[in-house]
Amino acid sequence: MKQLVILGAGTAGTMMLNKLHDRLDPDEWALTIVDRDEHHFYQPGFLFIPFGIYEPEEVVRPKREFFPDGITALFDEVERVVPERNEVHLASDTVLPYDVLIVATGTAPCPEETPGLLGPLWYEDIFDFYTFEGAVQLAEKLETWEGGRLVINLAESVFKCPVAPLEFAFLADAFFEERGIRDRVDIHYVTPLSGAFTKPKATAFLSGLLDEKRITVVPDFYLESVDNERKVLVSYDGQEVPFDLLVSVPVNMGAEWVETSGMGDDDDLRFIPTDKHTLLARDYANIFVLGDATNLPTSKAGSVAHFEAEVLTENVLHYVAGEALTARFDGHANCFIETGHGKATLIDFNYDTEPLPGDFPLPVLGPMRLLKETHLNHLGKLAFKWVYWHVLLTGKEMPVSTALSMAGKKVDPKPIAEPA
Amino acid sequence: METLTVPTTVARNEEGYLTDATQWTPDIAHAIAAEYGITLTDEHFAVLNYLRQRHFDETPLTIRRIGKSGIVTIKEFYALFPGGPLKVSSKIAGIPKPTSCV
Repeated sequence: MKQLVILGAGTAGTMMLNKLHDRLDPDEWALTIVDRDEHHFYQPGFLFIPFGIYEPEEVVRPKREFFPDGITALFDEVERVVPERNEVHLASDTVLPYDVLIVATGTAPCPEETPGLLGPLWYEDIFDFYTFEGAVQLAEKLETWEGGRLVINLAESVFKCPVAPLEFAFLADAFFEERGIRDRVDIHYVTPLSGAFTKPKATAFLSGLLDEKRITVVPDFYLESVDNERKVLVSYDGQEVPFDLLVSVPVNMGAEWVETSGMGDDDDLRFIPTDKHTLLARDYANIFVLGDATNLPTSKAGSVAHFEAEVLTENVLHYVAGEALTARFDGHANCFIETGHGKATLIDFNYDTEPLPGDFPLPVLGPMRLLKETHLNHLGKLAFKWVYWHVLLTGKEMPVSTALSMAGKKVDPKPIAEPA
Repeated sequence: METLTVPTTVARNEEGYLTDATQWTPDIAHAIAAEYGITLTDEHFAVLNYLRQRHFDETPLTIRRIGKSGIVTIKEFYALFPGGPLKVSSKIAGIPKPTSCV
């Protein structure tokens, strides 16, 4: 039997397992998946937990529920991969030989990378919301918080789901308004980039939301440390931003074993150099990478993992048949952006095409609208939870094309005039 | 060495970034730097060349990555390109503005 090993049973790894289980000859290939955690989290739901829109138990299910029969699942920690010997070494001393390795171990927030972030105020007045624990703790905090300066800070410019902190800001505005204390909350969005929006069309169509929702943007702020005593963020060029409540998006890094195995990028962020079209690891002939674990120049997001999984399934089949890797990933991402008060907007883009306004997936009929706030987009976002558990993870076909489609997109639109 | 300076015309977008990174020359860098009141030194060029190399490798740029490059520390990077160092240095290096997905 030939061995195909998948590291990571999150969104990307689980999809790959189901798709390859359906397509590879079971008499020839044995499939093994490894993850350290038995729980599958619906990560887009973390955003809603702090505001009481989702209950914590809604976003957790046992990983085994999504595995097909006839595969081996190991709940264990990857210690290192030895590509020269085609082996995965696990913490339990198990050694897994592989013929094909698929890496889907993702990225995680690393607050310990920033001095003072993981200090005495952690989970007192400083929270993250990209972890289940952080989202739940923040929900408890917000229930009784009486207002002050709420600072949302991005410690780095490369992180998972780059729109989530903006969505957090929009939902926070609505949440405090509904609680009747919006006037007592100052919302600041502090980013190392040149603004909350950086792409021309998205800026033209969406930046009005920030004024409308009274969110102050502090651009070009690159966090050096957090002073717990004075409750201020300090940047590398000495700027300071005070906070009463800090919602942090810490530095994101790939899995630790990537560094231990010497397979990371030239920097220390532990992302694996990957061919942006074939998804083959740059330095290895039988290792493929998808999802947040890659260093690809597109967003780290579930929709990206989904479109990559479609392409990678084809390329793995090509590889095992000894054929050229002809399936090509175009960088496609498709993300809802919650804007609060039962509305959301939608973006659809790839390596070459920035988010454009228009209709999605069909011209005129939509029903979703790109770069525009609508209630139906919001319903789409909520409905996605069901789709995620029942369609996406199980590897079934989704009614969205893998490559970006220009149908319905307006290439040179004029922004609608701001209301007076 | 005898030199002859001739004006060069290159296309820029509405924010002043070159639309084609391959058209960049050190003279263009000096001209853009002057708009920020920066006089370029060898240290600046070491950073600019690194940024260009990473751009053509298609690696998303972060300030942290530059700090780990062995060329400058993050503090030195700020001192060389004050203000928004990544956006300013990218503009001078002739590469696109660092962006997020929206």
